[in-house]
Amino acid sequence: MTPQPCFTLDRSQPEQLTVRLDGAWTLHAAPPSPADLLAALASPVRSLAFAAAALDDWDTQLLIFLKTIIAAARAANISVDLGGLPPGAQRLLALSEAVPATSTYDKSGRELLVTRLGRLVLDIAGQAREVAAFTGEIVLAFLTLFSGKPPFKTRDFFYFVQNCGIDSLPIVSLISVLVGVILSFVGAVQLQMFGAQIYVANLVGLGMVLEMGALMSGVIIAGRIGAAYAAQLGTMQVNEEIDALRTMGISPVGFLVLPRMLALMLMLPLLCIYADIMGILGGSVIGVTMLDLSLVEYLEQTRKTLHLSQCGQGLFKSSVFGVLIGFAGCLRGMQCGRSALAVGEATTSAVVTSIVLIVVSDSIITFFLYR
Amino acid sequence: MTTDPVPVIAVKGLTMAYGSFVLQRDINFTIARGDIFVIMGGSGCGKSTLLRHMIGLKPPAAGSVWFGEENFWELSEEDRAGIVRRAGVLYQSGALWSSMTLAENVALPLQHYTNLTPAVIAELVTFKLSLVGLAGFEEFYPAQLSGGMRKRAALARAIALDPDFLFFDEPSAGLDPISARNLDELIMELRESLGATVVIVTHELASIYAIATNSVFLDSETKTMLATGNPTTLLRECQDPTVLNFLTRGTGKREVRTV
Repeated sequence: MTPQPCFTLDRSQPEQLTVRLDGAWTLHAAPPSPADLLAALASPVRSLAFAAAALDDWDTQLLIFLKTIIAAARAANISVDLGGLPPGAQRLLALSEAVPATSTYDKSGRELLVTRLGRLVLDIAGQAREVAAFTGEIVLAFLTLFSGKPPFKTRDFFYFVQNCGIDSLPIVSLISVLVGVILSFVGAVQLQMFGAQIYVANLVGLGMVLEMGALMSGVIIAGRIGAAYAAQLGTMQVNEEIDALRTMGISPVGFLVLPRMLALMLMLPLLCIYADIMGILGGSVIGVTMLDLSLVEYLEQTRKTLHLSQCGQGLFKSSVFGVLIGFAGCLRGMQCGRSALAVGEATTSAVVTSIVLIVVSDSIITFFLYR
Repeated sequence: MTTDPVPVIAVKGLTMAYGSFVLQRDINFTIARGDIFVIMGGSGCGKSTLLRHMIGLKPPAAGSVWFGEENFWELSEEDRAGIVRRAGVLYQSGALWSSMTLAENVALPLQHYTNLTPAVIAELVTFKLSLVGLAGFEEFYPAQLSGGMRKRAALARAIALDPDFLFFDEPSAGLDPISARNLDELIMELRESLGATVVIVTHELASIYAIATNSVFLDSETKTMLATGNPTTLLRECQDPTVLNFLTRGTGKREVRTV
């Protein structure tokens, strides 16, 4: 058991207060309250000294305590003699006072509400300008595609196609089958009451083709690929790799953003078709096992319900989603700051932005198509 | 050493700022052809930002950067890209493209700006890598290399297009003294053989005295430049206490210590 930190006041000499430190002044033990000592300083004292003969062990705990006391003594015009302290403590105290507390960076303290509001408006305007500039750059990069040589490496493009398309198949299969199962469950419970089980096929088929296939594949790809794009570009921003491209005179948008966006725009509609088929299969499993329909019957009913224009509607949506996910992911990545924290923020923000854009654009498209 | 009186790069009345926070103001200096020009100063005084102004990554808040007769930031984007194309840049972290091998890193600018066949490019890449002592590392990825090797690979990429200007952002940061010195020697040799003008941001005194022919000193307290000229001359003649303090590592003794 280490001795508790404590101190005693010694007034044996006239007009001098000597503080005798005792025990182990470490961060493991709570220091005694300085109240007594501060009160003693208020009485007529000219100088303050320390005696550390009984001091057992010390660390920063002691120094913080001493700093409070010394500051109070100086404020009361009492001279402080550090001579009685351990030499190490004296040096550290001197060192902590050697650096001037002024900083060359002006810290902005509390701001008025008006100032903050103004800053917010300027931020929003700046962001809008950035988005517009980024869109313009992408459009220009797209146009260079028609002038022959692509501004990116074709190998990169095929890598992204594989990453976004084939590598996403397992997760898209799982989610789509389950969505088909859920849709047919929900429908079956209602339709069985009317003995109209066969219409489960209509419900599942239309639900997948018109809405859920595009929406689910979009959300999955936003989480899988949109986030990856933001993290890749963000990390490249942190490593100055994007600056290096710029100073080589190579457009980062053409070289990095374009192949990613093209891969997404190409693969997402294909994934959507795949998700539609998987969903219908998932629905048919329920139809066959729970509703006593035959597989042929179920599929024939689905075929009769669906028109090509309806499939086109889902495909159109997923093409739009592909553009939006690629845009959000790449924009957030390119806007990324220069720290690990900023990369995390860019990734999160890419996913959130993509999903918001997907849902909003989905409602807008659906509204105009059914009006 | 070539002494051409016409400055190839001139900075006039430059003010650097991030938003409303002014980093430095009234920066004026000229760089002659063949100079090894050092931008020095304490941490956080805006050395790297000054470099970013000179390589077209960040427009200055006020003032101008001149390359020969041309006002860099007044030019159209294409003309500016044309000037930047004549420059090689070595970034602080190396900034090699991490998804590509060393050979692909060095080859990319060549593929972009020349119509050479893949075989010729491969030969050029091997040659550039052997110049920096990395022959045989063509198929390595940047993550597989040590810090010093990454810096040298980045140097090979910077000299891929035989640039007229070489910009270095803290080339010896994070390197041991021997690697740092080897890099200095490499820079000297490349400058002499390429005939390039070199601009270096650094605060390594040893390399400043070893290679610099001209310099500018930026101060973060007064937010402006305090001196310009050959560092060895500055060490002998400069009267400004801040500059002297920096150049003598705070000892105040006016003598070059050869390391």
